[in-house]
Formats: sequence, C-alpha cells, structure tokens
Amino acid sequence: MEPHSLDHERVDRRPPLIDGARDFHSITEAVSRPVETKVPQTWYIVFGIGTSLLLLLVGSTGYLFYEGTGIWGLNNPVAWGWAIVNFVFWVGIGHAGTLISAVLFLFRQKWRTSINRYAEAMTIFAVMCALLFPTIHVGRVWLMHYVFPIPNQMDIWPNFRSPLLWDVFAVSIYGLVSTIFWYVGLIPDLATVRDRATKKWPQRIYGFLALGWRGSNRHWQNYEVAYLILAGLATPLVLSVHSVVSFDFAVSQLPGWHTTIFPPYFVAGAIFSGFAMVITLMVVSRKMFGLERLITMRHFDAMAKVILLTGTIVGYAYSVEFFVAWYSGNPYEGFAFVNRAFGDYAWAYWIMVSCNVLSPQVFWFKKARTNLKVLFIISIFVNIGMWFERFVIVVTSLHADFLPSSWGYYTPTLWDVCALLGSFGLFFTMICLFVRFLPMVAMSEVKGALPEANPHFVPPDDEPGESIEASPVAAKAEPVPDPEPTPEPETEVSAEDGSADENVETDDSEQEEPNDGE
Amino acid sequence: MASSENKTPLFGVLAEYASPRDIFHACEKVRDAGFEKWDAHTPFPVHGLNKAMGLRASKVPWVALVMGLTGVGGALLLQWWTSAVDYKLIIAGKPYFSWPAFVPICFEVMVLFAALGAVLGMFHFNRLPQLYHSLFHSKRFERASDDAFFISIEAVDPKFDSEKTAQFLKELGATHVELVDD
Repeated sequence: MEPHSLDHERVDRRPPLIDGARDFHSITEAVSRPVETKVPQTWYIVFGIGTSLLLLLVGSTGYLFYEGTGIWGLNNPVAWGWAIVNFVFWVGIGHAGTLISAVLFLFRQKWRTSINRYAEAMTIFAVMCALLFPTIHVGRVWLMHYVFPIPNQMDIWPNFRSPLLWDVFAVSIYGLVSTIFWYVGLIPDLATVRDRATKKWPQRIYGFLALGWRGSNRHWQNYEVAYLILAGLATPLVLSVHSVVSFDFAVSQLPGWHTTIFPPYFVAGAIFSGFAMVITLMVVSRKMFGLERLITMRHFDAMAKVILLTGTIVGYAYSVEFFVAWYSGNPYEGFAFVNRAFGDYAWAYWIMVSCNVLSPQVFWFKKARTNLKVLFIISIFVNIGMWFERFVIVVTSLHADFLPSSWGYYTPTLWDVCALLGSFGLFFTMICLFVRFLPMVAMSEVKGALPEANPHFVPPDDEPGESIEASPVAAKAEPVPDPEPTPEPETEVSAEDGSADENVETDDSEQEEPNDGE
Repeated sequence: MASSENKTPLFGVLAEYASPRDIFHACEKVRDAGFEKWDAHTPFPVHGLNKAMGLRASKVPWVALVMGLTGVGGALLLQWWTSAVDYKLIIAGKPYFSWPAFVPICFEVMVLFAALGAVLGMFHFNRLPQLYHSLFHSKRFERASDDAFFISIEAVDPKFDSEKTAQFLKELGATHVELVDD
C-alpha cells in the first residue's frame, strides 16, 4: 500500500499509442512478420538502389585512394569541402536516434517505444557514414591509425589539445556506445525471433545473438538498470558529441566559425535534421511493412512538433549570429556574415534559410503534422536545408577570409558527388538489411507500454459502462468509475502516458485515420 | 506430469499465468511462502515485479561507477603522461599539463567505460551468455518471449516438493503447470 495511488488512476485522454489490436501476441506477430516472411517488392527496389550507390562509393573511394584528394574540388582557401560537410551532416542525422532512445526514455515518453529501435539503427548507420568522410579525407588512409594514441616509431603522440582529436574520440565512442545500447535493447526481441524461428539456421543465428535470454525477471531487473544507465550516459554523450564537432569550427580563429553559440546551435540542428530523417524513413517503412497500427499518426505528430521546435531554435541561432557579428564591432566578423547572406554563396544561404526556418513553420497546424504527404515533403526539405547549413558554414567562411588576395571559389567535382551519393548508398543498404533481418520495432518495450502490461490493470470486461466502447467522445466525456480500486499501486507509474488508461477504450483512431492514406 | 520424475533429474516446476496481474500476485505468494531458487519469466519487464519477488537492488550501478571513474582517471593519466612527461611539446603556448583541454576526452572515455561496465556487469550478474538452459526443454516456454508469463521453482530449493509445489502454483491461478527435466 503505497501513498501515490491517485497518480495511478489518472486517465490518459489522448489517443492510445497503438491503434487497433492491442494484445501482446498481435504485437509479436506484426513486428516479427517482416523478419520471417518474404519482403515486399519495393524492398528489393530500395535495396537495389542502395547497393548500386554503395558500389559507386567503393569505386570512387578506390580511385580516391589511388589518386589522392586532388580529385575533389578542394582548393587552397577551401581545404575543407564536401567531405567535412557530409561528415557533420551525417553525425547530425544520427543524433535524433539517441535523442529518441535515451533522452525520451529518461523523460518517460512512452510514445518513443514504437520508433526507438529504428531510430537507433539509423544512428549507427549515420555514424558509419560520418566516420567514413574524415577517414578518406586524410588522404593517406593507411596512416589513419596515427589519430589514436598508439606507440609508434616516431615516439610522438597525438595532440590532445586539438578539437580534431577530441572529435576522433567523441564520434568513435559515440558509435560504439550507440551500438552497445542498440544491441542491449535488441536482446529480448532477438529471443522472440529465436523462439518463433522454425528453420535450423535462423534458430541458431538468432539464438546465438539472443545469448540465451529467457525473460527471467532476475535478469530483467539488472537489464532495466543497465538500460537506464546507458540512457543516462547516452544523453550527455549525444550533447557532447555535436558540441565537440562544433569545436572543430568554434575553436579556430576564422570569422564565421569562431563563435560561442556553436555548440548549442549545432546540437539543435542535429536533432532537427535527425528527426527529419526519421520521418522520411518511417513514412516509407511503415507503409512497406504494414506497421500503421504500431507507428501511428500520434508519433508523427510528436516528431513534427520536435522539428518545429528545433527548426525555430536553428532560425534563432541564424539571427543571433548576425546580431553578434554586428554587435561585436569586428569588421572581419561583420564581413563574414554579410558575405554569407549576400556574397558569392548567397544562393546556398537562402536555400538553407527557406528549408530550415520557413518550411517547418507549417507544423504549427495539426493538419500538416498529421498529413503523411506534407510530413514527407517537409522532412526532405529539412534534410536538404541541413546539408546546406553545413555547406554554408564550411565553405563561406573559408572561401573569403582575412586576405582578399587569397580569396577563391569552391566548386565540387564529380567525385565529390559520387562520395555523397555513395554514403547514401551505404546508409540505405544498411537500413534495408536492418528491416529485413532484425525486428524493427522494440517489441518488449511496446508490450510494456500497453495498459494491459500494468499488473494493476483491470480487464475491460470487469468494468461497467463498457457499452460506450465504440464512441471515444463518449468515453472521454464520461469518466467511468473504477469498479475495483486497485489494491496495491506500488508500481512506478509515470506521470505521462498509457499505464492507467483503462477507462479510455478508444480502439479506433478517430481523427487520424482519414489522413493515413499515403 | 509425474511420469519422468524418477528417470531423469528434475529441473523444477514451470507454471504458466495468463496476465501480468496474475503473475504479479502469484509472485507475492511464492515470495511469502519462502522459496529461494525460483524465478518469473515475462516477455517484458512487469512493473513492480521485483518487489513482488522480493529481489534486492541490482549491483550493476556500482560496476558502472567504478568503470566510469577508471575511464576518467585512465584518460587523464594518458593525456598527462603523453603531453607532460613522455614527449613534451609546447603547443599554442599552453602549459604541458593544460588540463582544461583534456576534459572532453576524459568525459568521452568515462562514458565508454561506464557503458561497458553497465553492460558487462549486467551480463555478469545475469550469467549471460548462457545458450543452454533446462527451461528451454519446455515447448510452452517458447511463448515466454511472446505473450505468456511463467513462474519456475527449481528442484534444488529446500522447500521444493514436485507434487506440493505444483499444486501450490496451480492454486495461485496457473493456467498450466508442468515439470521440466534438467
């Protein structure tokens, strides 16, 4: 008998996290099906495109190693071209995955359960793409191990005061920790796939990967604690990683880079672009694999709100940069920003502003947040806009620095384009393999977020007033008295969602369904 | 269900329950009956079941803490030794041991070590990986990762008696009870 019983009886008046079928087994079925059955034809099309682009990456990178970074459009003032732009772009994409998996976990946002697995996978693949670019950008890639503090024949060590070295540690540790976090989350679901497998090899492979997980509560106890610690570590990690990435710029002396606003501004931009990528991928995958009941319009609605918030923060950062450039009284700083908006690269700057600041403003309207076509189009705009943001930051600051005699103009070559397209090839190939061979929704977590998962849940047939089940409006208007005041509400019922919404049996999905048609 | 009792050694008794509510109350009763070598098996962590089973707090956080501190200390030591002892270089006019510049890497390495500590600690206390377990003999147990809830009481428990324990679990609302070979 714990004192916080009222909290437990709170009614969640929002639509359920999961539409329609809401028992444990149907979740297992819906999520395991893509792993166990033939994939739809569209998967082969996407996979084909992905692997073709991956081949392009392998080929163009091979030529790069043979010939050197001179094949790219890099020149003397602009020594950091698309490779660094792509690096920052991909790291940023990854951050939404960690935000969904870790930060929203700490905030007990149960809506994350339907999308966290997918978003975490996206993080890992995006970090792979990101790590690719600095690696191939070093030129002599076979000497890449010099970035690590490994004893070598010169007896010299890396410079630990350099943000570029911090970056090596931050991004590679981020990749490792994200992978660990993802795998730990996968273990119970791999056990599910193992237990359902009927053929020998799937049984063995998934059985090996599941490590003999048997759902033991003594295991769950340690597991949940470890998961909480990982979430608690990943949260500051994700903030630190993009801060460190921004130090690559901010710690230098270059006007346009040397600003203290960079760390928070980069983190907001990263979350912004990452959520856009999650929406892009989700709209396609849920359609492809029929996961409409698990990934509902409520999830898209929430993600669109995050995009609106972070997009507006990014817009604010753009304006503060201009303010500080003027207020500092530094002529070089002032020139850098006037040049950014009205100079040679003004076209890139205004593409960035319209995609990142203006386009997400449609998400003030619920109609836009719950319309898949609008969501998809805006998410593509945001992806483009955020790529251009990094382009603007890297190139406009470099191409016209202190000495007009050294100014130049940067134009990418075909090989730059190949590397960028190729990185998308790597990304989409990995995503395709992931949705084919691993459960793309965290089954155990979705089950745990159902109202039935609460040990004090009262089955609906025990309740009076169940006749109004068909009308959610009526259900909302008339709070049904709890027939059996639950005796021992000693669970950690979160203040937010789900756990006690037995009174709202809205099995339909009223206002969402009409827009579901994309 | 008592057919194989005397031929092969017995692992214990496995009882299936229909819902988180049923297993929650059953666990409270098994705990109060004084069993020690027993466990609950659920497709997802059921809130409050740790308390219902009378489990003590997990030790995983201590492993993560020790590992995290090791990470910070190790990273600081590495950066100090390489920059201020082994190969001194003046860079940007800073002191050899310019510790503020070493903070980012200390932090990142702390995160890595603590994360490894949490996961490896979890595996250690859970005795995982353990690809073979007697409970996998039960066909019904496959649904422990789907939608079924089980309590298993091991034969090595001092209070265990195959007939009485099975009957006890049945009385706690089990939909199905079986004996599992070792």
